[in-house]
Amino acid sequence: MASLERPVSRPRPIYLNLLAIRLPLPALVSILHRVSGALMFLIGIPLLLWGVGAALKSGDAWTRFTTVMSNPMMKLVALVLVWSYLHHLLAGLRHLLLDLHVGLDLVPARRSAAIVLVLGLVLTAIVAIRLW
Amino acid sequence: MVSASDPSNRLAAGAHYGLADWLSQRITAIVIALYTLLWLAIALWNGGIDYPLFKALFAGTAFRIATFLFVVAVLVHAWVGVRNIAMDYLKPTALRLTFQSAVILVLVAYAAWTVQLLWGS
Repeated sequence: MASLERPVSRPRPIYLNLLAIRLPLPALVSILHRVSGALMFLIGIPLLLWGVGAALKSGDAWTRFTTVMSNPMMKLVALVLVWSYLHHLLAGLRHLLLDLHVGLDLVPARRSAAIVLVLGLVLTAIVAIRLW
Repeated sequence: MVSASDPSNRLAAGAHYGLADWLSQRITAIVIALYTLLWLAIALWNGGIDYPLFKALFAGTAFRIATFLFVVAVLVHAWVGVRNIAMDYLKPTALRLTFQSAVILVLVAYAAWTVQLLWGS
């Protein structure tokens, strides 16, 4: 960290207006990987445990769970979590391939990022249609 | 340049040197992907998953153990990921350590919850 504190002769330009930065496609996939992971930690895991537990107990617990989940707001939450899982899984597989030095060049890296982004959304749409 | 071998330069709240975390993130990812494939295979094999099949699956010890291993992998994976996020955005050490401690408690609670719902009823 010491190197960061050295005085610089010219101030380096800092441009971090998040609304004006045009994110490259792989960077977009990367930040969504992080966002989807955080969503699953905060909401996805407890919701899934609650749902599976309710289903295994059946009866009242299951009725309560399905009543809550039939709320349109909760359906939206469930859909976002489905997307989170799919995007995170696909982006993770892409990451493992990059670790194996597959698709490291700019063009294939951009292409695989586009595939991850689109496939995640398409699979989420398919799940949405099948669920509702 | 900070030398990794010089103990005086180590930060108590730092990221250590990351290899174990890097590797466990990938190993747990593979476990999670395999468990996902298991569900996909079961669904394809049976033409979907209805409630009796769902109940029957969780009645089997092997399936419960596989599910438990999956959840452990998820929790380890979540720990590495959430800690990475905390290291990037929560700069004050006290705030970060408090947050990370809370995350560990939540993850262990999730593990206990999983055991309870797999073997408790």
